[in-house]
Amino acid sequence: MARHIVARTSEIPPGGNKVFGVEGRDIVVFHVNGEFFALLNRCPHEGAPLEKAACVARLTSPEPGVYQRSRVGELLRCPWHGWEFDMRNGQSYFDPKRVKVRSYPVAVESGEELQKGPYVAETFPVHVEDNYVIVEV
Amino acid sequence: MSDVIDRPILAEEEAAKSRLRIIDCDVHPSIHAHTDLDQFLPKRWQAHLRTYGSHLRTPYIGTTPYPRSSPLIARRDAWPPTGGPPGSDLDFMRKQHLDPLDIEYGILQVLDLFIFSQQNLEFGAAIQRAINDWQLAFWSDRDPRLKASILAGQDDTEFAIAEIERCAKIGRYVQINVCPRANEPLGRRRYWPIYARAQELGLPLGIHVGGYGGHAPTGGGWPSYYVEEHQSNAHTMAAQLTSLVLEGVPERFPNLKIVFIEGGFGWIPSATWRMDRHFDAFRSEVPHLNRRPSEYVKEHFWFTTQPIDEPDEGKHLRSLIEWVGADRLLFSSDYPHWDFDDPRFAFKTPLTETERRKIFNGNARALYRL
Repeated sequence: MARHIVARTSEIPPGGNKVFGVEGRDIVVFHVNGEFFALLNRCPHEGAPLEKAACVARLTSPEPGVYQRSRVGELLRCPWHGWEFDMRNGQSYFDPKRVKVRSYPVAVESGEELQKGPYVAETFPVHVEDNYVIVEV
Repeated sequence: MSDVIDRPILAEEEAAKSRLRIIDCDVHPSIHAHTDLDQFLPKRWQAHLRTYGSHLRTPYIGTTPYPRSSPLIARRDAWPPTGGPPGSDLDFMRKQHLDPLDIEYGILQVLDLFIFSQQNLEFGAAIQRAINDWQLAFWSDRDPRLKASILAGQDDTEFAIAEIERCAKIGRYVQINVCPRANEPLGRRRYWPIYARAQELGLPLGIHVGGYGGHAPTGGGWPSYYVEEHQSNAHTMAAQLTSLVLEGVPERFPNLKIVFIEGGFGWIPSATWRMDRHFDAFRSEVPHLNRRPSEYVKEHFWFTTQPIDEPDEGKHLRSLIEWVGADRLLFSSDYPHWDFDDPRFAFKTPLTETERRKIFNGNARALYRL
């Protein structure tokens, strides 16, 4: 898998997302609680754009009238039919055995690390302060 | 990856020679602001709307009884960037729906202000007139793809007939809409003058789910959740199909065409089998029927596809389509509502080229004479 620098971390605000065209695919990168997740921008059911999904909590209920929220902001709720997917791995909570959103590994690396390559050319001092979001496709 | 959308493509689908344009039989336009109706609404009723608002025949004031899944039951991506509610901006509807999905015609279904469920029948009649005019001025006149329906609140038959006559003279409406949740079941004689007029005019009778007749939406009372109420749309349609057939509407009006809109079609086989079986036993109770109920269903009724039931196994959907009949089904998207169906992915089972042509285009073209 090739690694693609898609954005500076500062370009995707916490709780927000941004869509990138990577190798002909629209990939949506979410920023949740300091972590980044990348998924194909397409619900596997009827193709709805997941960039418009609601980022919700996992809601469970051991019995009627008792509700528990967990993993706040980490579940995607499709903008059309409301199917829910786990941002971490694309797993659905709707018919989980059959339905999954394609997810991609994401890393955040500093510009300094990215700069190192196999060749050494004449160098000039560079100040690297930003971190970059990297998606593997 | 999903095996839900990755259904097999039939050889004949691949080999389709010409592009198939879509006729979408359920598109919801919305009123941007109530003041948009002012030019069509007498001052007396403008004042009424401002002063008293809209009051439905439900136990809840100023809202629908259930929270409806998402704000204005809309797709989250359907809010126009220019503001206003989903479905209120023609340019955005063109850009998001009509153009990319290659919609040849969209049949408008207006739900705003619930004209069918207004407590005050005169106010209901006034806004139904205003909305009928607004459909032409704001939609059909501006985009010839969009075809209007005559809204006719049937609980005051006189108002309804007057409105049907008025709109029929204008001549640009493709359907007469009544509501499945009226004061009484739709087969009752009190509603027959509307059916008689629809038959004479050659306009199909459209029945879109929703509305509140003042009764609980289920036979068992008021449900707790929206998901339960949504389920009741199918029961309501089954009850109305039964009433229309057994009270003899298709028998009495043999050229009347009836379209059930947004009720889905999964419930049709069992409802019809049961009617047939009971008819065989009790036909002396309904001697006005000359044929088995299923024969009326197969000749007088059409059903829009959305929401399509999605059984775990595609072959069960396949059987359902075969049983109901590809010539009875009309594609509908329900744009811009949350349970919108995309015509490219809505059927989780392969369709033959003939079936596709009928469901996505041919049946509606013939029925609405487009």
